[in-house]
Amino acid sequence: MKSSVSRLSLWLLLTPFLLWIVLLVLLPHLQMLRVSFQVRESWDTIAWGIEQYQNFFTESYYWRTFVRTGMMSLFTTFLTLIIAFPIAWYIARLARGRSKGILFLACLIPFWASELVRTYGWMILLRESGLFSSWLQAVGWVDGPVEMLYNDVAVIIGLVYNGLLFMVVPLVTTLDGMDENLVEAGYDLGGGHGTVLREIVVPWAMPGIVSGCIVVFMLTLGSYLTPVLMGGKDSAWFTEQIFTQFITRFNWEQGAALGVLLLVLSSVIVWLGLKISGQSLRKVMG
Amino acid sequence: MGMDSDLYCEGLVRCFGSNAAVDHVSLDVPAGTFFSILGPSGCGKTTLLRLLAGFDKPDQGDIHIRGQRMNDVPPNRRPVNMVFQHLALFPTMTVGDNIGYGLKRRKMPLAERRKRIARVLEQVGLPELEHRNPQELSGGQRQRVALARCLVLEPTLLLLDEPLGALDLKLREQMKVELKHLQKQFGTTFVYITHDQSEAMVMSDQVAVMRDGRFDQVAPPEELYREPATPFVAGFVGDNNRLSGELVSVRDDLAEIRLDDGVLVQGRVASDNLRTGHRAELYIRPESLVLSGDALSAGFSSMQAKVRTTLFDGANSRVEAENCGQPVYARLPQDGSAPRLSADSSIRLAWNPALARVFGADSL
Repeated sequence: MKSSVSRLSLWLLLTPFLLWIVLLVLLPHLQMLRVSFQVRESWDTIAWGIEQYQNFFTESYYWRTFVRTGMMSLFTTFLTLIIAFPIAWYIARLARGRSKGILFLACLIPFWASELVRTYGWMILLRESGLFSSWLQAVGWVDGPVEMLYNDVAVIIGLVYNGLLFMVVPLVTTLDGMDENLVEAGYDLGGGHGTVLREIVVPWAMPGIVSGCIVVFMLTLGSYLTPVLMGGKDSAWFTEQIFTQFITRFNWEQGAALGVLLLVLSSVIVWLGLKISGQSLRKVMG
Repeated sequence: MGMDSDLYCEGLVRCFGSNAAVDHVSLDVPAGTFFSILGPSGCGKTTLLRLLAGFDKPDQGDIHIRGQRMNDVPPNRRPVNMVFQHLALFPTMTVGDNIGYGLKRRKMPLAERRKRIARVLEQVGLPELEHRNPQELSGGQRQRVALARCLVLEPTLLLLDEPLGALDLKLREQMKVELKHLQKQFGTTFVYITHDQSEAMVMSDQVAVMRDGRFDQVAPPEELYREPATPFVAGFVGDNNRLSGELVSVRDDLAEIRLDDGVLVQGRVASDNLRTGHRAELYIRPESLVLSGDALSAGFSSMQAKVRTTLFDGANSRVEAENCGQPVYARLPQDGSAPRLSADSSIRLAWNPALARVFGADSL
């Protein structure tokens, strides 16, 4: 009697989660997988085939964009880690009491605005008639207005900015739990700054580093607004291609195939990352 | 001695705000000494240790190690290693890598490193454990790994920050003896800080009793116990009874005071601020108190007390009595010959005045 009650309550608690997973994650993806293998022969006849996947490999524009998106996402993730680490170190180890909370909040505040607003914020700074351009002219370093938008650097700036919080949070959490004496012992036994960072701090923070990297990489790979707005027409981001297939060309079959490929790519890279860093998903996310 | 000692400090001061955590401390530790700094928490002993390790800089004063001034030498260049309170073993490394960490920093080749790691593990009694993770070891084993990690570097000075605090009582007793043996075996100079007087007494060659940033007394354990220089040392090191009264007279080195119930008792003069007619305090150890019937040795002082209870604790059994509202403890004879002491009965406690020490009440 008692066990059946507890089983019922377990199921009730699990229901929202299961509904979410099944309806919003599992079903759409399965559906997408199905669509990606459909070949439209005429307006009402559909056959099965791998034509869309063949298109991906034969049409160089597809896979080049694919590789480019992957490489830039990896670079963005790395850059985010490099920038976030000192910030996280400061918040976790050096800041005390109130200032700790305030600094953490300062990282969070940009996320009260939507990605669209944040991206437009950067565009105001970087565009030809923007703040940076006019400052450079005022200082006299350049003669005319400078266009800083619509190139890869602008895209990466936007992406790093969007990913920063998701890197800082797991890093702060792991670094917070580190015993101050570990660092002191590292110096005490003869290590310099580099050694202590490499041999003691980074290994300790590895779960945080890996989980931050996974989240930022996934976000970057799947981001759409920032590359499109800050990179302009030629930003050649893979999500744009998917968008184009679905919305502009109305070619759902091709769009679905590209979507499946993106999912495979991100899963493979995350798996490789975990293998190389010697971490397990359970350790990193738990 | 002096500048050639393993550790020589002169007038060390370290202030936090207006509060001096270390206040003009000087110390001189000859090579091969087990030197303990004993004090209650907040007395500044950890701050002092961090100054020696180089994690913190003194505001005034100099630190010399084997004659070399160390004030501006960073911690990784000092011939000093530290065993931390919570050991701070690197959790991401094996035992062997923990011990090899310092050797690697000295660019020692791998083969030589392996040899040294194996040898030091042998010396601390943990052979064949180098491939284990520190988390898999017991408390006592981790302790030894932390020691080995420092000793393998053959430091001039080994600093220990209450490393036994986290161990349970039985293991702590065992490690006390073992630490002392290891220190003799390696011949390294140990500076050990603790708030546990029994640790300091058992292990040390010299003990410094620290209070409010200053050293009250620096002496071998036995001298500290028998001849405490200040009332604080008398009360902090070992058990002691404190009886207060009014100073009546001082003859040679014997002071006579009148307790609050009017009884005249005697003890040895221990401070130079005794003034007749002023308050004074007499310290007498529980084991120096004799339960006497009528037969009193000549020259003994005695007082009347009311039994509260007896506390049986094997060899350390005591009777708790009361004199003028103050608790007084007396050691019971170990052969079980103590008379049956029922609560509220009256007993006479006597002592040899040579074993009691009298301080002026306002002496620090």
